[in-house]
Amino acid sequence: MNYPKDLLYSKSHEWIKYEDKIVIIGITDYAQDSLGDIVFINLPEDGDEVEKGEAFSDVESVKAVSDVISPVTGTICEVNEELLDSPEKINENPYDAWLIKAKEVIDHEDFMNAEEYEVFLKKQ
Amino acid sequence: MSLIFDKSVENRKNIIFPKCDVEINLPDSPKRVKAAKLPEVSEIDISRHYTYLSKRVHGVNSGFYPLGSCTMKYNPKISEQLASLEGFTKIHPLQPKETTIGCEEVIERLKNYLCKITGMDEMSLQPAAGAHGELTGMLLIKAYHMHRGDDNRKEIIVPDSAHGTNPASAVMAGFDIINIKSNENGMIDIDDLKENIGEKTAGLMLTNPNTLGIFDTNILEITNLVHEAGGLCYYDGANLNAIMGRARPGDMGFDVTHLNLHKTFSTPHGGGGPGSGPCGCKTFLKDYLPDTSNEKSIGRVIGYYGNFLVIVKALTYIITIGTEGIKNASENAVLNANYMKAKLDNILPTAYKGMCMHEFVVSLEKLKNNTGVTALDFSKALLDYNIHPPTMYFPMTVHEALMIEPTETESKETLDEAIDIIKEIYNTALDDSDAIKNSPISTPVGRLDEVYAARKAVLRHEFEA
Amino acid sequence: MGTFIPNTNKQRDEMLGDIGLNGMDDLFRDLPSRCIYNDMLDIPKGLSEIEVVESITKISKKNKVFDKILRGAGSYNHYIPTTVPSIASKEEFLTAYTPYQGEISQGILQSIFEYQTMICEITGMQYSNASVYDGATAAAEAINMCVDKKHDNVLIAETVDKRIIDTIYTYNLGKNININIIPMKDGELDKNALKDMIGDDSACLLIQQPNYYGILEDVDNIESVVHNAGVKLIMSCYPTSLGLLKTPGEYGADIAVGDGQPLGLDVAYGGPYLGFMATKKSMFRKLPGRIVGQTVDCNDNKGYVLTLQAREQHIRREKAGSNICSNQAHCALKIAIYLSTLGKEGFKEVAIQCASKAAYLQNELSKIGLNLVYKKSYFNEFVVKCKNRDDILKRLEENNILGGLPLDNDKILWCVTELIKKEDMDKVVNIVKEVNDELDI
Repeated sequence: MNYPKDLLYSKSHEWIKYEDKIVIIGITDYAQDSLGDIVFINLPEDGDEVEKGEAFSDVESVKAVSDVISPVTGTICEVNEELLDSPEKINENPYDAWLIKAKEVIDHEDFMNAEEYEVFLKKQ
Repeated sequence: MSLIFDKSVENRKNIIFPKCDVEINLPDSPKRVKAAKLPEVSEIDISRHYTYLSKRVHGVNSGFYPLGSCTMKYNPKISEQLASLEGFTKIHPLQPKETTIGCEEVIERLKNYLCKITGMDEMSLQPAAGAHGELTGMLLIKAYHMHRGDDNRKEIIVPDSAHGTNPASAVMAGFDIINIKSNENGMIDIDDLKENIGEKTAGLMLTNPNTLGIFDTNILEITNLVHEAGGLCYYDGANLNAIMGRARPGDMGFDVTHLNLHKTFSTPHGGGGPGSGPCGCKTFLKDYLPDTSNEKSIGRVIGYYGNFLVIVKALTYIITIGTEGIKNASENAVLNANYMKAKLDNILPTAYKGMCMHEFVVSLEKLKNNTGVTALDFSKALLDYNIHPPTMYFPMTVHEALMIEPTETESKETLDEAIDIIKEIYNTALDDSDAIKNSPISTPVGRLDEVYAARKAVLRHEFEA
Repeated sequence: MGTFIPNTNKQRDEMLGDIGLNGMDDLFRDLPSRCIYNDMLDIPKGLSEIEVVESITKISKKNKVFDKILRGAGSYNHYIPTTVPSIASKEEFLTAYTPYQGEISQGILQSIFEYQTMICEITGMQYSNASVYDGATAAAEAINMCVDKKHDNVLIAETVDKRIIDTIYTYNLGKNININIIPMKDGELDKNALKDMIGDDSACLLIQQPNYYGILEDVDNIESVVHNAGVKLIMSCYPTSLGLLKTPGEYGADIAVGDGQPLGLDVAYGGPYLGFMATKKSMFRKLPGRIVGQTVDCNDNKGYVLTLQAREQHIRREKAGSNICSNQAHCALKIAIYLSTLGKEGFKEVAIQCASKAAYLQNELSKIGLNLVYKKSYFNEFVVKCKNRDDILKRLEENNILGGLPLDNDKILWCVTELIKKEDMDKVVNIVKEVNDELDI
């Protein structure tokens, strides 16, 4: 399992990257591995609001569906539509396969760095 | 394995209709431009096509089918024959009432018998399936609280071992779900129930015996707690085959119930339907039942009166076995399950201690840890022995679960043979786990790639342009 | 008396012995005594096979089987080819459960895959599910697919069968959804009222084609109003009519639903029927219920499997879009056999005959003063007004003919299928004339 050092992590297994004022969000290697082969992802739309702690998306594998929790409160400015046709990219490279980008972020969860996240995972 | 479309030859046809005996006269309205690409196949090829398909299906008539929670009992031929009488099949649902007295009698008699069996006072036969009956029951509860002016009752309590349709049906009726835990005996954790019951409780959904095949001996206390809090109790009748004739949900404190005619009452599953899921209730709720003549009614849940021919089959079954047969059926179902459980106990222990009812749940977690063979692998191995696997991975509270329900219509010889086969597979799993992991090998296809199916989503045949 | 329990008393005793119990009652010793019902249920004693056959047959004879049925209104008496009951009665198809174990259910899975394809072909839509309970519940489920937080206003044409509308109301009892009925005008949807009532919060419009009165709606115009407003169009169709008429797919509908009963299922006092649901590509993941998909097995052989199950209740539980967990599989099988037997040409032929024969009857009736109430195009059902209506229907019944459905104010909704011969229609007209002559003297 791999956890890039330049990213931040949430307790609900999302990774977060800041590019100026834009926040990019995806799911971690641990998350994609637990889900198994992803067959579909439900993504919100550009302009939708997201709220920290609330689900903004869900991911389907053959046997399960999991919510993806937003680690921030803000407005979506871009959605990775490529994932709608090729959800397997999330399994193949979870850190490339970002889900959404958010702007006007006014609140966020407490984030962990890569080291803290690995420690947190060991306790799972 | 060619599709029927692959057998099509242009201009081949079966002569079904005589030449039109009136002048062709079509409405002045837009017509379809692209013709439907239906097959053009002669009768002999249609016949062979479906014969070929039927050989690739395992039905109750093909071999042992111990699918837990589905009650795959024998489907009597007499029911098929009587449900195809012209006096039933050729009756239009909107004929004048005096010409459908027989149909109404079938419906009234079955309602009456089902009420007697369940201890309910009234029954609707409209719901077309178990989940449909559940939705109906949930709407009854909703209507009841609405009429009392109690808008706060938004919660339905559901045990964590419940079948997925329970919370789904409650949500469809506009409720929120409160999940409560099972205790170490597989029964409802009364303390957890007490913590979650209150003014917001609209009701509780329960099946008894539960999805582990265990009769919850605290049932009277449970239903009493819910009633005291002002809620109603809903009985999921999926497991009625364990207790019919011996115990009635109406006596256990349940106010609403649904039944599965295609489980308990032997109507055939048809590959996934049509079934029938009658919904019954106590007198104080009867005005809410789907019945368009009553203003308090929740309204109809289906176009006409229900799956009438399925109702005919269930009535046929009940009058055949009669009052003594109802009790015989449940006690033999429980006997067969306990017999299998006892014989398998040393290799596949049950998830919970004590007597089971009509079904039991074993856990293959230990086998998985020792050999890597999972409940899924074990099930696939059974396919090579012409046995339909038990229900896998349900309830979710047991790891590597297999739920086994033999039903009363299986003979001791069939059970003994199945027990021997299960032991053989178990021993093979210990010696040669790869053999199990590679099964099935003798079926028309091997294990199917479900990920591929979901990702590619090829849901229909595409014709060449 | 009748029993399906093979084990003899001797075998039962052996089994009890093996478990270490003394009698059958011991199996239930854990049950609280207050839960036990100690009497025999107040149900008659069991019967032998001969007695059961006599008893049920006797009940069936209390119903009147009409020779000719000229009544539709949601249930249609079409010819069922002999292939249908014969093939569908194969025990494997009848007694199998849902095909969750794909390796031993390829026959059922493939037959559903073929059914899904045929439904797409007849409706002109791109994807179909494996069916739901009936046409009314299919319409209710379709509406559920369209509603969301921002669009909670549902529009339904008044010309939709009231049974369907009632079912939709029931399905929405638990929800905060507004249902608005678009009134009818002269037998069809009032398009001006539609324009007034459609809005930003509208989720969908449900229309029926042909509508309840048999009239063919002006779907081209309706569709443009609806889609220009960003609202979804659901068409509930009489599938037989699709042998001839412009399809929901060709109209650009978002969802096509309807009852498959006319395609090879008995009228059977209302059930079992079958609800079909088919959508455009963009909406297929919202389809409730089961769907069969194509795949490969571990040896790369083509196979079929239940797919997209993560939408369904057994996985999503309280988050499922619908609680439905069955399809009308055996009915879907019959429909596939029916459509295969009729084939491309037969499917057209049955529609042509229904329309032509209905036009004949309607013309003949108008010659004796039974005029169309709504002077618009119809497929095979039409409404006429007629004095002495009840006497006419009674006289027809005495002649073993079930006449059209009586509506309010002396109206009759007639229906003609391919099973009605010219001589039958001439007889009907004569009877009507006779009754009128008698009563007018």
